[in-house]
Amino acid sequence: MSSDSPKTLLEVRGIGKSFPGVRALNGVNLHLVGGEVLALLGENGAGKSTLMKILAGVQPADEGQILMDGEVIEIGGVQDALDYGIALIHQELNMATNLSVGANIFLGREPTKRGLIDEATIYKNSKGFLKMVGLNVDPNTIVGDLTIGRQQLVEIAKALSVDARVLIMDEPTSSLSQKEAETLFTVIKDLRKRGVSVIYISHRLGEAKELADRVSVLRDGENAGDLPRADINHDKMVKLMVGRDISQFYARTIHKPGEVALEVKNLRTPAHPTHELSFKLHAGEIVGMAGLVGAGRTELLATLFGVTPNLGGKVWIAGTSIDAQSPQEAINAGIALVPEDRKQQGLILDMTVRENMGLASLKRESPNGIFMNEAREAEITALMIKQMRVKTPNDRQVIRYLSGGNQQKVVIGKWLAMEPKVLLLDEPTRGIDVGAKQEIYGLMEDLAKRGVAILFVSSELEEVMGMSDRTLVMHEGRITGELPRDQLSEEAIMQLATGNTEAA
Amino acid sequence: MKQFISKFIGSQSEGAKRILGIFVLLMVVYIVTAIINPNFVGAYNQENLIRRTSLFGILGIGVALVIITGGIDLSLGSVVCLVGVGVPWLITDQGWAPWIVLIMAIVLPMLIGLSHGLLITKLRLQPFIVTLCGLLIYRGVTRGFTGDQTAGFGNELKGLRWIATGEIPLFPGFGIPFPAIILIVIAVAVGIFLNRTIYGRYLLALGNNEEAAKFSGINTDRMITLAYVICSGLAGLAGLLFVLDLNLAQPVDFGNFYELYAIAAAVLGGCSLRGGSGTILGVIIGTALLRVLRNMMNMAFLGFQRAEFAVIGAVILGGVIVDELAKRAVAKKRAAQKQK
Repeated sequence: MSSDSPKTLLEVRGIGKSFPGVRALNGVNLHLVGGEVLALLGENGAGKSTLMKILAGVQPADEGQILMDGEVIEIGGVQDALDYGIALIHQELNMATNLSVGANIFLGREPTKRGLIDEATIYKNSKGFLKMVGLNVDPNTIVGDLTIGRQQLVEIAKALSVDARVLIMDEPTSSLSQKEAETLFTVIKDLRKRGVSVIYISHRLGEAKELADRVSVLRDGENAGDLPRADINHDKMVKLMVGRDISQFYARTIHKPGEVALEVKNLRTPAHPTHELSFKLHAGEIVGMAGLVGAGRTELLATLFGVTPNLGGKVWIAGTSIDAQSPQEAINAGIALVPEDRKQQGLILDMTVRENMGLASLKRESPNGIFMNEAREAEITALMIKQMRVKTPNDRQVIRYLSGGNQQKVVIGKWLAMEPKVLLLDEPTRGIDVGAKQEIYGLMEDLAKRGVAILFVSSELEEVMGMSDRTLVMHEGRITGELPRDQLSEEAIMQLATGNTEAA
Repeated sequence: MKQFISKFIGSQSEGAKRILGIFVLLMVVYIVTAIINPNFVGAYNQENLIRRTSLFGILGIGVALVIITGGIDLSLGSVVCLVGVGVPWLITDQGWAPWIVLIMAIVLPMLIGLSHGLLITKLRLQPFIVTLCGLLIYRGVTRGFTGDQTAGFGNELKGLRWIATGEIPLFPGFGIPFPAIILIVIAVAVGIFLNRTIYGRYLLALGNNEEAAKFSGINTDRMITLAYVICSGLAGLAGLLFVLDLNLAQPVDFGNFYELYAIAAAVLGGCSLRGGSGTILGVIIGTALLRVLRNMMNMAFLGFQRAEFAVIGAVILGGVIVDELAKRAVAKKRAAQKQK
């Protein structure tokens, strides 16, 4: 497989990994040449992050081999990986934000003089590594005072300081501004010239096109195929990622929007207290909300749902003004939220499918507001399991042991029992497999047909473009634009998402 | 029987096994003690054992509700002291009307619980800190206003004292102590609350994951506060029963360490300090085990009574270790099944 390559640096053979309820990786192969930028693509849940964690020694593989310079190596932990020159830069940065830049670069490997930390050497050497990544900050600066983009460059400098030959970057641009992203691209191109290999994980196809020497795609934990530099284009990448033409994947019929279901006027959220947000949502309409991480989309949903306070502005549900100070009030008004963090906010992991499914509607179904109506709870659960094809042995299964996709169906099902007028979905398909994704899209479609107004936040442009009747784009707390279905394109969204309003 | 147990403990499937395990342990300790010292099963000792178990059981049930929310209440013993010393002191020494004092004995602890709950939910203070301060404050206040004087009812309030000292004759020479009836009423009420009402479900849900409960439209702050109110209220009631039973209370040590007995009973009975799980039946059996262990040290291993804490500590630690190992084995088996 690597015989045609000049010099294979890293090779992965037949890697497999299982988690309770999920086969995350199944016989995956990968190779990497010195000085190559390999873009590793795949939908959420395809197994990219798991594979990279195995390479970086964060998790062990269940089966398979890893070869470095043609020799089989054992990676027993992060330190082993670093010794072999493999460094992972996490999606969420892993830094001691209370310490200085220099202290972070040398964390765990501090040079000492007479038993004390040698600050002068740290300072001097840090400067050199920072220069390599084009970052002009004093090594004594506290990391927490830097922007996320600059923190990321510090992480790269740290990786260079351990002589990393393989640098793995997991979604590095997910929280960067356009300008910071461009700086990062320059650094990556520069690293390539120095002979450092980069595995670049992203779901932004434009970045893969710009940076990669080669693209490798994972789908449902297996190799879906490779594309050499000359073949890297949008359609081919998408086809490998979803395994079929996207027109079939996002089976949408266009809806005639009904009455206004949700109207928001001059709403201000605690995350961006100076920006006012206004928009409308019609019954039976699916509206996507795109933007970079940190654009304020999740915060907007949280305020609409009464989790965080509304600092001003008005909200109407089906023409009735509401002022939700708590989720209870939002729910009573007909709003439901499927939160971003399924395990932390959506589910009671140690409770059963039935208990989770019934939680939101307990009070409504109670005959007297005190005792539970368990017969009704079982009835609703049985209906939802059937309607949404939740794969579970029975309704007494503890929900922790279901797959991500089935868990998400329960979170959605919990709200359907409440018959919401407005359904807010925050990253509804994060971390679930392709099959379950398609089912969730089908469910959104069904609900829209029944007249539910749906607003969904997604960082996957494919999904936004596939599912939206209309797309709102946010940038740094503002709604920077609205795109009807016929004007949707990855470029148009990214322009608005990075604050470039004229071009759209 | 199994059905009955599951009705009582609700849908917590792991609770049933846990209860069975600790019940077996209780029986073993009980039988061993009875063999070593036959006086153990004498009517007098058994009545006493049931009475003490009932009083401590009330404390255990209260703190179990708080532990289910993921919190802790360290102030129980001092609330017992406040009520247990305060009631006889106000009635006998200060000459207050008994009915006013009794109303205070119920209301004041609930207000204490309310203040704990509000500090924890509204100011987001940690339960450990809030109730640790409570532990210091209520005992300090009691010792301050009584001048460390021992308080008692003397020969007064005989009628009221019957609810703690009285018994319902079963057969000649043996009766069911009345506190046992009180415990059963409380246990059934709290058991129904926890397993049959929507609020009990809310409590279990928020104990497991407060954020997700909030996102499901549950007023978590109110539920957590309610748990602290019930807990302190039951501690007040127990404090009253303790002093009615003993007729004597010293501010220095009345109720000392009772919070730890209560927490230990709850943990033995299957409450996880992480919150989200616990059964009332388990707590009662846990309390009984602690009382029998103590009784055993006094009756079967004379000369070693002073080692009581060491034995209780070792039993709890052993129980928790066995439980954790069993849980891991189950999880492993489960993961293995999934792979196939």
